[in-house]
Order: sequence, then structure tokens, then C-alpha cells
Amino acid sequence: MTEIRFEKVWKEYGSSIVLENVDLALADHEFLVVIGPSGVGKTTLLRLLLAQERPTRGRILLDGREIASEPTADRGVVFQRYSVFPHKSVLANVMLGPQWAGSPLVGRLFGARKRALRDQAMALLDRVGLAEHARKYPAQLSGGMQQRLALAQALINKPKVLLLDEPFGALDPGSRRSMHVLVRELWEEQSMTIVMVTHDLMEAFHLGTRVVAIDKVRNDPQAPERYGATIASDFCAKPRIVRDSFRFEAARLRAAAELAAKTPLLTREKD
Amino acid sequence: MRRIINYPPSPGLALLLGAAPFVAVGLAYLAASDARLAVDAADKLMPGVSAFYAQMSRLMTRVDPVVGQPLFWFDTWCSLARLLAGIGVSALIGIVCGVLIGFIPWLRAAFEPMIFALSLIPPLAVLPILFIAFGLGETSKLVLIVFGIAPFIVRDVALAVTAIPREQIIKAQTLGASTWQMIVDVVLPQALPRLIESVRLSLGSAWLFVIAAEAITAEGGLGYRIFLVRRYLAMDVILPYVVWITLLAFLLDFALRKLSAAAFPWTRLREA
Repeated sequence: MTEIRFEKVWKEYGSSIVLENVDLALADHEFLVVIGPSGVGKTTLLRLLLAQERPTRGRILLDGREIASEPTADRGVVFQRYSVFPHKSVLANVMLGPQWAGSPLVGRLFGARKRALRDQAMALLDRVGLAEHARKYPAQLSGGMQQRLALAQALINKPKVLLLDEPFGALDPGSRRSMHVLVRELWEEQSMTIVMVTHDLMEAFHLGTRVVAIDKVRNDPQAPERYGATIASDFCAKPRIVRDSFRFEAARLRAAAELAAKTPLLTREKD
Repeated sequence: MRRIINYPPSPGLALLLGAAPFVAVGLAYLAASDARLAVDAADKLMPGVSAFYAQMSRLMTRVDPVVGQPLFWFDTWCSLARLLAGIGVSALIGIVCGVLIGFIPWLRAAFEPMIFALSLIPPLAVLPILFIAFGLGETSKLVLIVFGIAPFIVRDVALAVTAIPREQIIKAQTLGASTWQMIVDVVLPQALPRLIESVRLSLGSAWLFVIAAEAITAEGGLGYRIFLVRRYLAMDVILPYVVWITLLAFLLDFALRKLSAAAFPWTRLREA
């Protein structure tokens, strides 16, 4: 269970206010998409959640506890660019997180633990469609493949929340579509919470279960920096009850199929 | 008629064009030398090929009674040892201080201005201090080289560290890395190629300091020999020594370039 809560969060840089009075509660297994015009503070919101920056006022709670004051392993992230390490092979990139966690001094695992981790990493790479590129360096991959790698790298640590900062912004339409499918499926499989920032409305409503628009609701033409942006509108794009009923239907069909597989010949029962 | 910038020479022609100035300088020297020797057969300023050959074969093969080996190889060994020791120590200081100063804000705030100030001091101006403080032996020469190039390498490596995208550092933290783990697995591997580059750039200054230190006081060395025989106008020693120093510098640079390519293949990769 993961619950994110913004409590009256303000962010100011000197005298200019970027975000004002952001209040938000996000339930478990939601796909929140933050949209808004460029330069309004979408990314600042994500950075606050990442603890790359600290709110000037207010608090951000993760499962009822205030988030750490620096980025930690409970919040994974994929940026638009530079999310993977160019000096490590694809496989080594994915293995990094658990290696760091398992070996504080050398950052390397050995023997059986290393083999187990390698198998886990390969399975994840296979899931994102990069298994045959495991030995390459990121510079040899296309933009879309690098983003898949960044996803796998973040997911191996099983973060409570996955933060995506315009992750598909630099991709061509083809890889963008296949990334949409992948992210959607991963969100469903790992039943995690995702917060994504984008300026693409289509993408927002296609992927998100909840879409939040950030904008300045008040504006002083003489001093535009005196008012910050806040949540201007909040849409429930895919209501939970609908999602639950879809999931229930899918489970029911699966169960029926399994039952049919167990008793392949109806005639046998009659004998 | 295309613009001249759109006429690239073919690879073979490019090689030929590159060699042409060398050949031209060599021919010009030979012509001038011949002209002078025709006027005065004992001319010392521009000796001919035969004089070079005679002098150098003597220096390379005849064992000097004082040092117990041919002078040429003794000088080469002395200078190279000083140069490599100086570069090695500077590189070590460069990578350790550069990474720490570039990566840890407190250390950056504390030491960046100091390193910058140090890099502005002309090293030869403090050479007398080094001689007074460390004596006339090898220590002062080593310190001179380190003083001359280490601040530059530290600054260059620190700059490379700060140029690592912030996203990567944030990502590493979300993967649970500690500061130590980020230094070892993220920062250091990406700073090392830059270290080799800045060592390559510093080779010229390093040679300068070796020669300068040897010119003032030494028991042997390429610079020592050049400045020793200067009194006798022995161009038949000086010119080959200069060519030899140039060749050594080129070979060091070449070796470093190959080392960088072999050790860090990822720096020169493009999407396949």
C-alpha cells in the first residue's frame, strides 16, 4: 500500500512563488499524470516528490510519514534523458541498485548472490525487450531502448513510487507508442503507483487513471511572480470502480479458462 | 566551382600533405647547412648529417666512465624517470582531489579558490623556493613538475565531475547509492577518461619543467646535456636531443591515447 499526500505545499525561490498551496492525496496503485503549460512548475512538483528540492512550506507524506530530505530508494525515477550510466553495460546498469544495497563497501556481489541477481536482471531486461542487448553500452541503444533500460533499472529496486519526468518527450512516435504499452503493462503487473509529468494531453488521458492540471489560477499582470501555480483541475480519468470491475472480469475469465483446462473432456465426467 | 571547404583530400594525399612540411624543413636545413659548410668547413651552428651521425653514435654507444653507461641512454633514463614520476604523482593528486572537489560541495567551497590560485602561480617563479626547501636533488624537481601541472589536472577533473548530468546523480541516489558508492561507481569511471586527456595536455608543460629544472642543476638528463654542451655551441648534440625529446613526447601521448581507447571503450561509441 502506497499513499502520497501533499499538505499545503508551497515552493518559492526568493520572492518568486512557483507553487502555492498544493493539496493532493493519491491512493495506492494510481497512475497520476501532471499536465500544464511549460514553465509553470510541473517538474518542480516532481522534484519536490523526489526530494531533489525541499518545499518552502507544507509537507509531503509517503504512507503517512514525511519523505526523506534527499532522494532515496523508495522513489524510483526516469528522466527525459541521462537516466542511465553511459560507462556501464546494459546488464550492469540494471544490476546496480541491488549491488549497491547488498554490498556497501565494494558495490559488487559475488558467487550465488551475483548469479541470482544476474538472472533477475536478465528476466527484467527480457520483460522490457532488451535481453539481446545486455552486453551493449547505452550509447549503442536508440532513445526508446535507453528509456526501457532506465525503467528496468528503476524497477529492479521495487520502488514504492515511480516518478516519470517527460519520459517519452524525446522519442519518435513509434517508440513512444510502444513505451506507452510497456509502461501501462508494468504499472498493472507490479501494481505500483506512478506519477508522470508530461505536456502531451493525449498521452495524459491515455495512460493516467487520474490527471491533474497545474496552472496559475490567480495572476497579477504587474507582478507575475507573486502568484504561484496550483492544482487547477483534477480529473478522474479511469475511475477505480471501473478498473476494479475490469480486473474482476479478467480474473473471472482466467479462472474459467483454468477450470476448462483442468477438465479437458466433459464426457469423462459422465463415465 | 565548389567552395574550398568542400574539397577534402583523400586519405593518402592527406598523409602526403602532412609529411610535406617536415620534408620541406629538413631540406631547407640541409641546403642551408651545405651552404654554410661550403664557406667554412668548421662551422658549428648548422652541422651536416655526417657530423650528427658521428656525434650521436659516440653518445649512444661509448660507455661513459663516470656514469658507467652510454651518456645518451643515461640522459634519457634520468629525464624520463623524472617526467613519469612527476606525471604519476600529479595524476594521482588530480584524480583524488579533482573528484572530491568536484563532487562534494563543502570541499568544493573550501578548496576550489585555493587550487585556482595555485594554478595561477608561475611554477618557475617558485623554483628558488623549492631548491631552498627541498635541496638540489630529485625532490625539488619532482615538486616543481607536480606544482606545475597538478593544479591544472585537479581543476580539469573537477570540471569534468561537475559536468556529469545532475540526472545521473539523482538516479544513483534513487537506486540507493551512498556517496562512497557514487564516487566509486558513477563519478570515478566517468572522470578517468578526462584525467588521461588532461595528462596528455599537460605533457608539454611537464617536459618544460623537467628541462628547466635540469638546466639549473642535475647530474644527468636530456635538458642537462643540452644546457651543458651549449657552451661549446655543440649543435650536433643539441638538435638530435631536441628531436629525441619531441619523439618521446609523441610516443607518450600516443601511448596515453591508446590506453584511453582500450580502457574506456564506451567513450567513443555511437548507436550501432
